[in-house]
Amino acid sequence: MSAIEAVRMALAALGANWLRSALTMLGMVIGVTAVIATFAIGVGAQVAIGKVIANLGSNVLMVWPGNANIGGTRGPSGASGRLSERDADALRRELDGALVVAPTVSGNVQAVNGNLNWQTRVNGVTNDLFIARDWEIADGRIFSEQEERRGGKVVILGETVADQLFGDTDPIGAVIRLQRVPFEVVGVMRPKGQTMFGQDQDDVMFVPLDAARLRLVGRFRSRPDQVDMITIKARSAEVLSQVEEEARSALDRRYPQAETGEAYNLRNMTQIVEAQTSAARTLSRLLGVVATIALVVGGIGIMNIMLVSVTERTREIGLRMAVGARRRDIRRQFLVEAVMLALLGGTIGIILGAAVSIVVASLTGWPLVIAPEVIAIAFGFSATIGVFFGWYPATKAARLDPIEALRYE
Amino acid sequence: MSAPPVVAVEGVSKIYSTGDVEVRALDGVGFTIERGAFVAIMGPSGSGKSTLMNLIGCLDRPSHGRLLIDGTDISALSSDALATIRRRTIGFVFQTFHLLPRLTAVDNVAMPLSYTGAPVGERRKRATALLAAVGLDDRARHFPPQLSGGQKQRVAIARALVADPAMVLADEPTGALDTRTGREILALLQSLNAKGRTIVVVTHDEEVARHAGRILRFRDGRLVGDETIEAPLDAAERLRGENPRKEAAE
Repeated sequence: MSAIEAVRMALAALGANWLRSALTMLGMVIGVTAVIATFAIGVGAQVAIGKVIANLGSNVLMVWPGNANIGGTRGPSGASGRLSERDADALRRELDGALVVAPTVSGNVQAVNGNLNWQTRVNGVTNDLFIARDWEIADGRIFSEQEERRGGKVVILGETVADQLFGDTDPIGAVIRLQRVPFEVVGVMRPKGQTMFGQDQDDVMFVPLDAARLRLVGRFRSRPDQVDMITIKARSAEVLSQVEEEARSALDRRYPQAETGEAYNLRNMTQIVEAQTSAARTLSRLLGVVATIALVVGGIGIMNIMLVSVTERTREIGLRMAVGARRRDIRRQFLVEAVMLALLGGTIGIILGAAVSIVVASLTGWPLVIAPEVIAIAFGFSATIGVFFGWYPATKAARLDPIEALRYE
Repeated sequence: MSAPPVVAVEGVSKIYSTGDVEVRALDGVGFTIERGAFVAIMGPSGSGKSTLMNLIGCLDRPSHGRLLIDGTDISALSSDALATIRRRTIGFVFQTFHLLPRLTAVDNVAMPLSYTGAPVGERRKRATALLAAVGLDDRARHFPPQLSGGQKQRVAIARALVADPAMVLADEPTGALDTRTGREILALLQSLNAKGRTIVVVTHDEEVARHAGRILRFRDGRLVGDETIEAPLDAAERLRGENPRKEAAE
């Protein structure tokens, strides 16, 4: 008997009692669903952390102005608008553990090259930002010292902006207009891809800090040393929390009073993401326990129903033995049935698990991780459970005495 | 005749032990069944005929003595080796048919061949041919519950023949059938015998046994009679004889 025939025979036997078979599979379905979801959530969280770190740069702290609280009315975060370049200078002086301190401003501009134009975000930065965010130039160069100091009219384009304004032509050395002011393109950034929230990180461009404040973003004209954000990169992960503490005390000293609400927000981005994902990891571990229990219960369910099936089909077994089936033929018949039960349950579980993973991924914004290895492992696991829990009933069937079995009522 | 007898029983005993009690179901039995014979094994219940049938059918091994089936001594074979002998040598027909209810008639007939390694198409072809031979070509796709008792037993006989066995071993083949249908089955067995097939029928019914060419009688585990029937009943002829009456009744 070929393997395909054995499988077809097993499926026919299971189909004859389809409701019973379906109920028996339930444990396997829940177990495998949990396995797939466990993995998807666990790894998804892991990948999410990695992505955030890759997006923001590693060992990075971010400081932005606090929310204003004027006469009891709390404004949005950043509304107090009090963070200045002097704060950045002070942090640079006081934080021994900081590799770079990078103040930035940002706004939206219309960029024009000939008859092509593109609405995008412009960031006024120093070269330090590229270090802080572990972001390299793909083509061209970063700002010169003089351009940084004097707010030179030079721009470094994100990949998307370069594509939109130049297509296939080389943008380096070209002059584009930002708010009617001509800027020379000196570099193009290495593409970074999307954030985990689907934002295109390459749809951006960088100009020297002062160029942005003086020529592009209007709101800085009255307070030319104001900045929107300061990014601090610690020298290593070990000193990150120390740097965080020092930064807090330095900023507290600079903004001692709190009657207008918080003066600043300081966030350790990696920490925040890690806190979020640790909850996910707990959930993942819990699901792992559920998976284990469900798989064991599912396996026992299979064993139970196979024992019932062997008893019900004692006469069939007797007949098959009488017409020449060997003990191993009988064992194989019932083993294949048990494995098919487990595999069908496992397959449904894989589909449900994938659905759960998709829902979780869309709720959390984490990347969807359904690795083929995991599906293969879940499949292998199901088959193993089928063999393990099917062995005893199949052996019991194979050991029946044909004379007794034929007479069984 | 140079070919070995299909069955050679030499001083065979079968002893069952239940606790301290020993039951001698068969006690020093000896006989042979030649190729092409039609033999009835008779005896009341407890006579040992069921035990003998299990032994001849290679479902069990004797406690003492030698038992040769188609020339092979089965006394010391493993259960898997016995299974192989059953598959090649013996076609079983049971009182209660023993058809698998979820297989069609043709699949029931082909079922034993699934243990031979023959390709599916070939098995089905052979099963279809045998169903035609027992007069059921139009019932091949029917399931057992859709068949009458006589039709079921015909399917079972086709199944018994599918592996081309040396012997058809029928245990009360007419026991669950009415007289007329029973005669039809006996006529079928007789026609198979006429074509050279060895038939062994185990029965307690004297009239059924009278269709055989030889009757072996058992009592209390011993062979008590070995009778050759000079003029066996002809089931087909008796059916023809009662046909007009039956048709009138229908």
